[in-house]
Amino acid sequence: MTRPGPLDAHLVTAHPRGTGAFTLDVRLAAGVGEVVAVLGPNGAGKSTALRMLAGLHPLSAGHVRLGGRSLEEPGRSIRVPAQRRGVGLVPQESLLFPHLRVRDQVAFGLRHRGADRAEARRESTGWLERTGLGELADRKPSELSGGQARRVAIVRALAARPALLLLDEPLAALDVRAVLELRSFLRHHLAHVGVPTVLVTHDALDALVLADVVVVLDAGRVEQAGRPAEVAGRPRSAHVAALVGLNLVRGTSAGHLVTMTSGTDEPAQVVTATEQHGDVFCCWAPGAVSVHGQRPEGSPRNVWRGEITGMTPHGDIVRLEVAGPVSLLADVTPAAVAELDLAPAAPVWVSVKATEVTVYPA
Amino acid sequence: MSGRPAVALGAGTGAATGRVPWQLLVPAAFAVALLVLPLTGLLVRAPWSTLPARLTDPEVGQALRLSLLTATASMVVCLLLGVPLAWLLARASFPGRRVLRAMVTVPLVLPPVVGGVALLAAFGRTGVAGGWLDDTLGLRLPFTTLGVVVAQSFVAMPFLVLAVEGALRSADARYDDLAATFGASRWQTFCRVTLPLAAPGVLSGAVLAWARALGEFGATITFNGSYPGTTRTMPLAIYAARNTDFEAAILLSLVLLVVSVAILALLRERWMAGPVS
Repeated sequence: MTRPGPLDAHLVTAHPRGTGAFTLDVRLAAGVGEVVAVLGPNGAGKSTALRMLAGLHPLSAGHVRLGGRSLEEPGRSIRVPAQRRGVGLVPQESLLFPHLRVRDQVAFGLRHRGADRAEARRESTGWLERTGLGELADRKPSELSGGQARRVAIVRALAARPALLLLDEPLAALDVRAVLELRSFLRHHLAHVGVPTVLVTHDALDALVLADVVVVLDAGRVEQAGRPAEVAGRPRSAHVAALVGLNLVRGTSAGHLVTMTSGTDEPAQVVTATEQHGDVFCCWAPGAVSVHGQRPEGSPRNVWRGEITGMTPHGDIVRLEVAGPVSLLADVTPAAVAELDLAPAAPVWVSVKATEVTVYPA
Repeated sequence: MSGRPAVALGAGTGAATGRVPWQLLVPAAFAVALLVLPLTGLLVRAPWSTLPARLTDPEVGQALRLSLLTATASMVVCLLLGVPLAWLLARASFPGRRVLRAMVTVPLVLPPVVGGVALLAAFGRTGVAGGWLDDTLGLRLPFTTLGVVVAQSFVAMPFLVLAVEGALRSADARYDDLAATFGASRWQTFCRVTLPLAAPGVLSGAVLAWARALGEFGATITFNGSYPGTTRTMPLAIYAARNTDFEAAILLSLVLLVVSVAILALLRERWMAGPVS
């Protein structure tokens, strides 16, 4: 049994499962009670990273250490098998054992931690009642909704008193209401586990809401890691900006004027309200972009011409993709779409106030 | 999601399908005749008037008891030995796994008579294993009831192994991984997760093996001869009666038919309700 303690992992494998031909190379660290979210698109190597932590996929280099104990270190020929890692896994799609009732699902892990049958069932019932799932105890997995099954899978992992908790897409493939309920369920229970937690997700919102630290993964590499506010507010790559829904450009700043060095074919400049010098990122929200039929006059704005290349409804707004010297996303109201007669390939002018632009060193 | 309604391509979709072509209908009718006529003949030629008297003939009961006993014993042998073998083939990786799998399926295509000769060559008194068994354990398999079980297990085992292997392969191996993270050893995982998940496949494999053992003739008669009470199972009794008393052969055939159909129907009702995938 592994004592609770911080996770320190450097996961390297040349052959991530179900992904393209790239090498996975990720460093992860999580303190006791800390939640680290690994965020990335499908095929980025997230699930493989989780399987490596659980001992289900071998490392080709690097290490996994938990509470000062080495669980795996190819360089020193150390490899503790999955059975003896004391890891709690909440797999994708819950994976409740189809032949076991909810009470026995939760008792399953307890039995293999040394409890006898009656003790395991008693403790299992206690866990289900404390987590508000008491009524489901006698149900088979086929009689549960997706959200209920996910909660049982989480309680099943928690009940086994893991030294490390791993969640694989805990909120994926559920309907909107179930996601809301489960998110608060997770927030509440993850706060009380007292062990390092690693969760992987392709949904930026889940990562930002649930995690203390967000690690953005793409093609097996860490693109950006930091506090949720940092990642959400100051993306450092086009991919991260797209994940958190921001416009991002990179350039060289001389005071309040940034000359763009990427994301543009023509010379373009961004005016900022805060002063910076040197290599910088500028980002702003799609909602901060105004769209006009004619070139707007006056006021200290950034103004660029462009052409609409995409229109997608998003709730009560319409998200425009605009290509131009500065290609960007812009959120407008359906009324504005009608008034300005916006359509794909239509020429437009876009503007962003200098005060809406966040600028930070690259 | 496209706006057009999907075009149904499944069976029996009505109007557009037109008439059944005679090129298919005629051969199908012959196939039905070939399958159904012999069974009809059995019913028509059955000695219905003397049926009660013949049924109580002790030789009928003896052969039937022996058949049920040996077929059931063979099924148990197949389960005890075949399920572990199927697990090895489905889940373990070792050199020669493909060769082993091919060898396991050989009895499936081997003429049962050849199987009987092979069993004699292995377990006969001068056979490679038979001499040793006789010397050390005093165990002689040929021409014994135990020998019948061995012959039936030999021909029935591949059916069970293939059915269970298929079920294990289609069972999600991620459950095994998950059980491991909870601290379950591979043996515990097999007992508590893998086997319960593969249960429908194991059951249909067992039924197949039982039915194959019940009908076994060639290997049994070659390896064990045909001695009433010890090795003369129903198929052997039918063959023996065929030359002397054809009506008795028909009667025994009917009994075997009724017993096997009844048990299969019962199992189907009890265990195989719903699709077995």
